Amino acid sequence: MNEFLSQYAYLIVPIIKIAILVLVVLTVDAYLTWLERKVIAHIQARWGPHRVGPHGLLQPLADGLKFIFKEDPMPANVDKVAYVLAPFITFLLAFTSLAVIPFGPQTFTIWGYQTTVGIADVNISLLVLFAITALGVYGIALAGWGSNSKYSLLGGLRSSAQMISYELSLTLSVVGVLLIASDFSLRKIVEQQGTSGNGLLSWNIFPQIIGFTCFFISAIAETNRVPFDLPEAESELVAGFHTEYASMKFAMFFIAEYTSMIAVSCLATILFFGGWLSPFPASWTFTFYLPSVILIPFGLWVIFDGIRYENIFGRILLPGIGTILTLLGAALLLFPQVNGIVQGPFWFFAKVFIFLFVYIWMRGTLPRFRYDQLMSFGWKFLLPVSIANVILTSAVILWRTRQ
Amino acid sequence: MTPSILIFFVLAALAVIGAVSLILQRHPIHSALSLIVVMVALAGLYLLLGAEFVAAVQIIVYGGAIMVLFIFVIMLLNDGEEERTNFSKLATFGGIPLAVAIAGLIAAAIAHSTGDLPAATANGSLTSSKTLSMLIFTDFVYPFELTSFLILIAILGAIVLAQREN
Repeated sequence: MNEFLSQYAYLIVPIIKIAILVLVVLTVDAYLTWLERKVIAHIQARWGPHRVGPHGLLQPLADGLKFIFKEDPMPANVDKVAYVLAPFITFLLAFTSLAVIPFGPQTFTIWGYQTTVGIADVNISLLVLFAITALGVYGIALAGWGSNSKYSLLGGLRSSAQMISYELSLTLSVVGVLLIASDFSLRKIVEQQGTSGNGLLSWNIFPQIIGFTCFFISAIAETNRVPFDLPEAESELVAGFHTEYASMKFAMFFIAEYTSMIAVSCLATILFFGGWLSPFPASWTFTFYLPSVILIPFGLWVIFDGIRYENIFGRILLPGIGTILTLLGAALLLFPQVNGIVQGPFWFFAKVFIFLFVYIWMRGTLPRFRYDQLMSFGWKFLLPVSIANVILTSAVILWRTRQ
Repeated sequence: MTPSILIFFVLAALAVIGAVSLILQRHPIHSALSLIVVMVALAGLYLLLGAEFVAAVQIIVYGGAIMVLFIFVIMLLNDGEEERTNFSKLATFGGIPLAVAIAGLIAAAIAHSTGDLPAATANGSLTSSKTLSMLIFTDFVYPFELTSFLILIAILGAIVLAQREN
C-alpha cells in the first residue's frame, strides 16, 4: 500500500488537495450568500434571513436543497449546445482560477511527494490567471446568445463588451507589481514583499496605490458586481444573461460569481497586500498569538449570546459553535507548532475576508452605472491611468537603478 | 506509454477534431467555438513543449481577445445558419485532387523519415519569459517595432472605414 502511495503520490496528493479546496470553497460560497444577505439587510435596517436555523444560519443549506430539487426546464428554440455548455464553462473556469493561488508559505512532503499550500505552484501563475479570466467571457456570452431571448442576448452582449473593455486595464494595472517583483510567479511576488521585514510598510500597496485602484475597479467590473452589474440589471433586463436558466444551471452561475469574487480577492491580497505575510514587523513576536486572541473572545461571545437565543435549537447550536471556536483558540495557544503553521493562512484569509466584505458593502451602498458612463469610464479614464502608472513605475525603477 | 505522450495525443486529437468541426459546422457561433477549442488545444501543446509563456499568451491573445471579438460580432449581427450549396466546379475538379496530392506528400515524407525525429529544443533558451523579452527588445527590436507599426496602421484604417461620411 505504502509503495503504491509513494509511486502515484504525484497524482493522489493533488486530487486530495483539489477535493478539499472545492469542498471548502463551495461551503464558503454558500455562507458568503448568507453574509451578503445579512450585511445588506442590516445596511437597509432589516433583519435578513432568520427563519431557517438560528440567525438564519441554515438558510444556505435550504437554498442548496431547493436548487437541487427544482425542475430544470429547457426553453423552446434554444441553441442546445450553447445553452447547456455555458453554465459549465463559467463554473469550471471560476474554480480553475483558484488552482494557481498559493495560500501559505510552507512546503511539506506527503508520501515522498513535495507539495505546497495551494494546488499548483506554477512559475507563470499570474499569466495563467489572466488566461483563465480571458476565457471567462465565453460562459456569459454563450448563455446570453444560446438562450434565444432578447433580454439574455442584450445581457450577454453588454457583459462581453464590459469584460473586453475592463480586461485591458485589469492586465495593465498589475504591470507595475510585475516590474517591482520582476517575476510572474505569485509566490515570488509575495516573498519579494516580505524581504525587508518591515511588515506592512514593504507591501506593494504603497508604491502601487494607483495600480491597486485601477486593479480593484476593473476586478469588480470583471466579476460583474455592483456598481458594474449591468449585464444583469434587473430593472432593464429582467436578469440579463441568466434569465432563462433555472435550478442547478442557475446555481452554477451563482456559485461561479461568488467563486470569482473569492479568486479576485485572493489576487488583490497577493499582489498588493503581501499575501500570507503579517502586517506587523518581524520583531513584534507577540502578534504570533493574534489568531487565539481573536478566536477565544469571539467564541465566548457566541456562547453567551447563544444561551439567550429565543428557541431551544438555537440555544444548543450557537453555544456549540462558540465552544468549538474557543477550543480552537485554546488549542493554538497550547500547541505553538500548529500556531506557527496557521499564521500564514490566517493572515491570508483575514485579508481575503476584508475584500469580500468590501464587495458586499459596495453592493449595499453604491448605485449602478449607466451603460455609456461605464464604457467611457473604462476606456477614457481607467485605461489611460493604468498606462500612466506603467510608465511612471518603470521610470522610477530605471532612475533608481541608474543611481 | 508515458503520460506526456498520452496528453499529446489527447490534445492533438482535440485540435484536429476542432479544426474539422470548424469547417463542417453550419452555424457561425459553433464554428467560432470549434476554433476556440483548437486554440486552447494548441496552447496545451505549447505547454507540453515547455514554452509556458507562449502557451499563456496563446490563450490570452487568441483564445481570449481575438475569439471574443469574433463571437461578439457574430452575436451582434445575430446571423442565422448558413445554407449548404453545391461545391463549385473549381472545388470539385481542382480542390479534391490537390488535397489528395498534399495528403500523399505528407504521408510520403513521414514514410521516408528515418529513425527518430529531432526533439524540440526545450532546453530553456527560448522558454523563459525573461530571455524571450531580452531577445525581442535587443536583437529583434526593429522587426518588433515594425510589427507594432503595422498593427497601428490597421487600427487607423479601421477608424477611417468606420467614420461616418460627412
